[in-house]
Amino acid sequence: MIENRKYIIISVFCLIGLVYLSRLFYLQILDDSYSLESSSNSIKRVIEIPYRGQIYDRNGKLIVFNTPVYDLYVTPKKVYIPDTAAFCRLMNLERTEFDSIMANAKAYSPVKPSLFLRQLSKEDFARIQDALVDYRGFEHVTSSMRTYPAHTMANAVGYVSEVSKKQLDEQETPYYRQGDYIGQSGLEKQYESVLRGRRGIKFVMQNVRGVVKGSWKNGAFDTLAVAGANLYTGIDVEIQQYADTLMQNKVGSVVAIEPATGQILCMVSAPTYDPNILSSRYFSKNYAKLARNPYKPLINRPVSASYRPGSTFKLIQAVIALQDGVISPASAFSHAGVPMKCHGHPGGIHLDGAVQYSCNPYFYHVFRRMLYNNEERNTFVASARGLEDWHERVSKFGIGQKLGVDLPSELKGNLPGADYYDKIYGEKRWKFSTIYSLSIGEGELLINPLKMANVAAIMANRGWFYTPHLVSGIGKPGQGIDPKYLEKHEVGIDAKHFEPVVEGMQMAVEHGTVMGLARIPGIVMCGKTGTSQNRKGDDHSIFVAFAPRENPKIAIAVFVENGKWGGSAAAPVASLIIERYLKRRVDNKRLDEYIKSKSFLPVIEPPQKPAPPKKPEPPKDTARKPMIVRSQPRPVLRTEPQPLNPKPGQTSGN
Amino acid sequence: MTLMLYIACVLMGWLNVYAAVYSPESQTSLFDMSTNAGKQLMWIGTTVLLIIAILVINYRFWDTFAFVIYGLTILSLLLVLVAGSNVNGSRSWFKFGAFSIQPAEFAKLGTALALARYIDYPGVNLNKLKDQLWCAGIIALPAVLIIASNETGSMLVFASFIIMLYREGLPGIYPLIGIVVVTLFILTLIVPKLYLFIAILALGGITFFLTPHYQRSVQNVLAIVVSAVAMIAIVAGVDFFVNDVLQPHQQNRIRVLINPAADPLGAGWNVTQAKIAIGSGRMSGKGFLEGTQTKFDFVPEQSTDFIFCTIGEEHGFVGSLIVVGLFVMLLCRIVLLAEKQRTRFARVYGYAVAGIIFFHVMINIGMTIGLMPVIGIPLPFFSYGGSSLWSFSILLFIFLKLDSRRVGMFTR
Repeated sequence: MIENRKYIIISVFCLIGLVYLSRLFYLQILDDSYSLESSSNSIKRVIEIPYRGQIYDRNGKLIVFNTPVYDLYVTPKKVYIPDTAAFCRLMNLERTEFDSIMANAKAYSPVKPSLFLRQLSKEDFARIQDALVDYRGFEHVTSSMRTYPAHTMANAVGYVSEVSKKQLDEQETPYYRQGDYIGQSGLEKQYESVLRGRRGIKFVMQNVRGVVKGSWKNGAFDTLAVAGANLYTGIDVEIQQYADTLMQNKVGSVVAIEPATGQILCMVSAPTYDPNILSSRYFSKNYAKLARNPYKPLINRPVSASYRPGSTFKLIQAVIALQDGVISPASAFSHAGVPMKCHGHPGGIHLDGAVQYSCNPYFYHVFRRMLYNNEERNTFVASARGLEDWHERVSKFGIGQKLGVDLPSELKGNLPGADYYDKIYGEKRWKFSTIYSLSIGEGELLINPLKMANVAAIMANRGWFYTPHLVSGIGKPGQGIDPKYLEKHEVGIDAKHFEPVVEGMQMAVEHGTVMGLARIPGIVMCGKTGTSQNRKGDDHSIFVAFAPRENPKIAIAVFVENGKWGGSAAAPVASLIIERYLKRRVDNKRLDEYIKSKSFLPVIEPPQKPAPPKKPEPPKDTARKPMIVRSQPRPVLRTEPQPLNPKPGQTSGN
Repeated sequence: MTLMLYIACVLMGWLNVYAAVYSPESQTSLFDMSTNAGKQLMWIGTTVLLIIAILVINYRFWDTFAFVIYGLTILSLLLVLVAGSNVNGSRSWFKFGAFSIQPAEFAKLGTALALARYIDYPGVNLNKLKDQLWCAGIIALPAVLIIASNETGSMLVFASFIIMLYREGLPGIYPLIGIVVVTLFILTLIVPKLYLFIAILALGGITFFLTPHYQRSVQNVLAIVVSAVAMIAIVAGVDFFVNDVLQPHQQNRIRVLINPAADPLGAGWNVTQAKIAIGSGRMSGKGFLEGTQTKFDFVPEQSTDFIFCTIGEEHGFVGSLIVVGLFVMLLCRIVLLAEKQRTRFARVYGYAVAGIIFFHVMINIGMTIGLMPVIGIPLPFFSYGGSSLWSFSILLFIFLKLDSRRVGMFTR
């Protein structure tokens, strides 16, 4: 009986063995949750941030590149500092700062590295690195900082900063993580996806305290970081920098385009700032300063400011009228009975003369003929139909819509059509006499400087354009850009209709609305002035031009806010830029000095009462620009613009 | 045969201790004396010397000096209370330089020998209360001393002698009572007490009604009533026991066993991490030295009490199967050998060895896979530690020596 107990005992042994084995079978084979947990437990993904793409100008000069900077990390447990005072001197730290950094690091983790000093420059780091051999517990991580060697194009290039909470929440595919950098404006934002490259992922093994213990499976599952693609732009940095100097102490824009390709040669938004100040570790301080500046340097005016085109719009009116056959190059009109004044000019002028002297009554008649160029008897109905046709024709010039430049925040502007006035006045309650100010580019029209530069390019090309764009190559020069920038757009006007208008533009420069000094010795420049009425202060000065007349190389639009007449502020700027671009030097030193010394910074007293309307009240503000108030950044010289070389025949657009 | 099983266990243990302390960044050698693996090699070497000594010593020695050895171990247990060094809150180690020795490990040997010697006396009958009490006394003395030195885990091992006593004729009622008490204890922690009361009463009632009329003597009915009351008392006493007798860490270990998810980063950490490590081994494991959980300190005490995690992670189910299989084979082998012994002393001793090893294996592997509460006792032959390797080797080889006399090997 008792002998048999050995069987009981043996079967208990075997039973327990079986129970354990089945439990092990369950844990190891059936239930894979433990296996998954183990990976997240000990295997950690380490993200490698790739280099961001660099940006070049058309001649291969760097606009943006990355400077290596060094972040210094400290592992409190490993720290060995024989002489704290000497160490603080080396690091340029106060003893109290040192203590508080170390206390934070210790609180975070004694064994994991925490940030000690961030963004040390190469020079600082080289100095510290030699001395660091005497200390233990410090290690560095190389990172990079955007650097702008040309100190220009802040607005067009944009800036990079840490991704915001909102952006993190709104991203469609989760790519960014807290602390990542992202392009926030300009090209940096537009081309974010190609500039950022592809993050690499490294799997490392870590122990229970998070201390890294080497790569996992010898890196078999790691993906290498791929550096971001470089951008090759059509910008000419030299011209850009020169334009910056010309636009100092002015508010406004310069946009120059290569007419044959649509590539943007320079894009100035004034006032501007040195883009480097937004890439340093003082980002937030500097950003706040810029955001408070009343001249709003953070707005990219070439695409995001709206103005009325003023007389520059007459170019479009003229070629459309010729194409429609409502006038001929030889048409002449009387000034009698026109509710718009004209400045003195010889009588009996034809279309070219009207462009040359920017004759308002002439274009009053042109527009009138365009609107009534149909068989409707009722003038209200005829105006509505005429305006619709006109709207369609003008739209082809890119007015009233986004051109599609490769920048964020481009504004559509406004090109009023029949619907637009129906809403304001009611159907059949408006006609030509209600809206005639459109004929000279006033009224409800709104454009931005980029669009006017494009109009200059259309005039230069005699009827076609490529969508203006900054980037001409992604990765390699001349490759990889959006095919829409390689598509030629016709504006529906025969080339022959441009000649009389271009003739008028040349005459305007040589002895018309443009001040005499703005002529370029040895280069035929064709231009048109404009004065955009501004109820809040001095009128805005506008000039569009291209040069040379035959086979043009550059088309340009210059806007100087509060510059009064197109001929006296904007035209000299354009002239100098064209000269510099075509000759690579400026012979017209007098004009150069004159325009650099000019200041058109608006001085705004406490908000004014709106001036009584002179004309049918436009439903929108003259310019959608924010009211600008005087402030400190540059010494403001309040001098009245004085034409250097006044001519008896000089008039302004309106 | 037994020898081969033993060697297999020790070598596997050594390699796994190496794997457990191995770190990819400092690729230490298997023989580096500063690591646990290197020390384990040294312990193995000294163990071989011990084994040779045991094999050389006349088998009569153990028989004759059983009580003397028992007395010495008791003495060392007393001594360690006074002169031992404090490790993790329990004063149970003698320190000699870098090495430590735990007398509790050797107390098992002494107690096993003493019990064998006592039961070997002619006329001892475990059905008799007097002999039962004597045995209980022999077991209880070292057990109490070990509790005094705060090593509750090692003390529990002394419960394993019940296997041997059962074989030697201890009435089946004792292990039965033990099983019932443990079962009730666990049930109380899981099931609300009221249900248990009802169930016990129902069980009592059913037993009463199923008992044929002619057996319903006063004695039997009384037995039913007494056992029911005792069970109720146990159930009622569990709370008191858990909350007031056990120390906080022990309470936690029991709670964690019932519900490991309750506190995965605190008290449940060991068990959860151990299960993750073993579970991540899958069928064939991550490969020798490739384990991540055990190597990077997610599992604490990996080279000692949680050595089985290293096996489970690096060698998977296959490795676990081999280890569990080895132990089952070893245990069966010892039991079968014990049955063949001509002297009662040798047989009793063999069963005691089997019981001790069985208890260690059951608790140790059980705790790593979440079937047993965490009790800090080593896995025989595998865990790092000189005391445990020595004591298990001595235990086993004394038995082999006794056995060798039977077959005529190693005799002198």
